[in-house]
Amino acid sequence: MTEALVEMKNISHSFGRVSVLSDVSLTIKAGSYTVLLGPSGSGKTTLLSILGGFLVPRKGSVLIRGVNCTTLAPARRPTTTVFQDYALFPHMSVGKNVGFGLRMKGVVKSERDRLAHEALAIVGLSEAFNKKPHQLSGGQRQRVALARALVVKPAVLLLDEPLGALDLKLRRQMQDELKAIQKQVGTAFVHVTHDQEEAMALADHCVVMNQGRIEDEGTPERVYAQPATRFSATFMGESTLIPGEVTKAKGNTISVKTAFGSFPIVANAEDGAQVTLAIRPEHMLLIRDSRSITFGNARVTAVVFQGSFRRVLASSTTKSGPSFIAKIPVELEVAVGDAVTPCCHIEDLIMLAK
Amino acid sequence: MRGFIKLLSLGYALAIYGFIFLPVVVLVVFSLQSTAFPIPPFTGPSFRWYEAVLNDPRLTSALINSLAVAGISSAIAAALGFLSAWGFARFVLPGSAVMRGLITLPLTVSYLIIGMGLLVIFNAAGLPKSLLTAGIGHVVINLPLCFAIIYSQMGDHQINIERAARDLGATEWRVLLLITLPIMWPAIFASLFLSMTFSWDEFVISFLLTRFDTTLPVEIWNLLRSGLNPKTNAVGSLVFAVSVVLAIILELILLRRRPA
Repeated sequence: MTEALVEMKNISHSFGRVSVLSDVSLTIKAGSYTVLLGPSGSGKTTLLSILGGFLVPRKGSVLIRGVNCTTLAPARRPTTTVFQDYALFPHMSVGKNVGFGLRMKGVVKSERDRLAHEALAIVGLSEAFNKKPHQLSGGQRQRVALARALVVKPAVLLLDEPLGALDLKLRRQMQDELKAIQKQVGTAFVHVTHDQEEAMALADHCVVMNQGRIEDEGTPERVYAQPATRFSATFMGESTLIPGEVTKAKGNTISVKTAFGSFPIVANAEDGAQVTLAIRPEHMLLIRDSRSITFGNARVTAVVFQGSFRRVLASSTTKSGPSFIAKIPVELEVAVGDAVTPCCHIEDLIMLAK
Repeated sequence: MRGFIKLLSLGYALAIYGFIFLPVVVLVVFSLQSTAFPIPPFTGPSFRWYEAVLNDPRLTSALINSLAVAGISSAIAAALGFLSAWGFARFVLPGSAVMRGLITLPLTVSYLIIGMGLLVIFNAAGLPKSLLTAGIGHVVINLPLCFAIIYSQMGDHQINIERAARDLGATEWRVLLLITLPIMWPAIFASLFLSMTFSWDEFVISFLLTRFDTTLPVEIWNLLRSGLNPKTNAVGSLVFAVSVVLAIILELILLRRRPA
C-alpha cells in the first residue's frame, strides 16, 4: 500500500494574531509511522490537533481516505488520539475505558469486552481489565490509553507526546514497544515529539518542523545524513556549521569557498549562492590523516565524557570562526585548553542551501 | 505548671463547646420531659412529647412538606449549579468573570431581602404563596452555593478526559452524562446535601412565601407563639437530628473523595 491515507493540503492556522502554521502540506501513507519533530512552538501539536479534529484550520484541507474531514468533529472522523496526560476515565475500570469507543458505536457488551481484552493483550496488560486507572503506574496507563485508541480500529492513530511524562528508561522501553505494536496492528501512527532520539528510533517518515513550517521530511536516515536545512542539521542531531559561497558550479559538482579554503562538493547550487557546510560530530576529527581537509586551528572549550565516547567542543582561533563539535573515542586524551586542528574527510561535508 | 496550662486549655475548650452545644443539649434533654413544662427539674425520660408531635397532623404534614421542599429544591439547585458550572468552565462566554460574580452574588445578600424581593415578584406575577414559591426561593438561595462548590472542583485536567470521550465518538450529552457527571459526583453530592440542610432549616423565606401549607420551621414558630412546651423541644430535636444526619452524610462524602 503506497497511496496516501491522509493528505493535509496547504494548512495555515493562527491563534489570534500569532501565526502557528503557514502553508503546511503533509501526506501520510497507510501503515506508516510518521513522527512530527520540532521544538515547542513549532506548530507540531497544532498540526496534530487539526488532523484529530480538535481544531479547524484557518486555511487548507484535511483528506482522510479521500474524504474531506477538515471541519468534521473528532467523533466523526476515523482518527483517535492518545493524549499526553492519557486522559483515562478515572471512574471506569480499565476494561470499560478500553471498551468506551465501542460502546459509543453501539457494540454489545460481550463483544466489546472480548475486543477490549484483545486490545489489552496487544499492549501486554490483559490482567488489568478489572483494575481502576489510579491503581496503575504511568507506563501502564499509557498502554491503556493506547489500547483504548486502537480498539476502535482508526485509520490513523495520533499520539501527542505520548512518552513525555515517563522517565528516561521507561521512555526508551515504551518507544520500542510502540514501534512493535504499530508493526503488529499495521495502523498508521502519527506521533508528536521534541525528542530527536525518539523520532529517529520510531519514524518511518520523519517530519522536522520549525516556526510553523516543515523544514525537512523523509526517512530518519536521510534526514540525518542529508538534512535539507540548517535547522534540521542542528535539531536532528548536532552539527558544526561553516558558512561559504558557491564559486564554481559545474554539472553536479560545485566548489564552495570558505574561510578555510575552497572544497569541491557533489551537489547542485547556483553560482554565487550563500550556503552552509555542515559536519556531523562523528565525522569531525581532531587528528588529521592523508585524506582530511582542515579548518584552521581551534582551542578546546569543553570535554564531556559520555560513556562510549567523548563530546568535545572547540572554538576556532580565527576571528568569528565557527565552533566545532566532535565525538571522539574515549582513548583519545583531550583536555580543555588544548590546541587542536579540526578536520574531516571531504565526502562527509553536507551542503545546506538554506 | 505544664499540667496547669493543660488543665486551663481543657477548660477553655469545654467552655467553647459548651457555649455552642448547651442550647441544643438543653433542648434535647427537656424534650424528654414527662411533665408539661420544659423547665428544671428534669422529670423524664419520657417519649410522650414525641408521640404528641407525631400525632399532631399539622406538625407531621409540615415535616413532610419540609422534606419535600428540601429534597426537590436542592435537587434542582444542584442540577442547575452543575450545568452553569460546566458552562462557565468549558466554554468561552462573553463577560464570563462578571457573569460568574453575578451568579454567586446572592450568597452575600440577606435572606430577608431575597424573600421580600421574591414576594414582590410573585405578587406581581399573580403566583399565590405556597410551598412552590418557597421551593423556588430555596433554589434561589442555594443555586449560588451549588455553583460555587461544583465550579471550584471542575478543573482543567478534566478537559482532556472529555475530549478523549468525544474523540471516541461520544455525543455531547453522553460526554456530560457518562464522563463529566460521574467525575463531578462528589462535588455535586456535597452541594446537594449542603443545600438540603440549608433548605431544611430555612425560616425567613418559607415564612414570607408560604400561607396554608407550610414548612416545619414556620410551624414551629407558630407553635412557639402559644408559649413554651416540651412538644416544641421534641420537634426541634427532630429537626436537629435530621440536620445531623445530613451533615454526617456530607462529611462522609467529602472524606471519601479521592485526592485530585
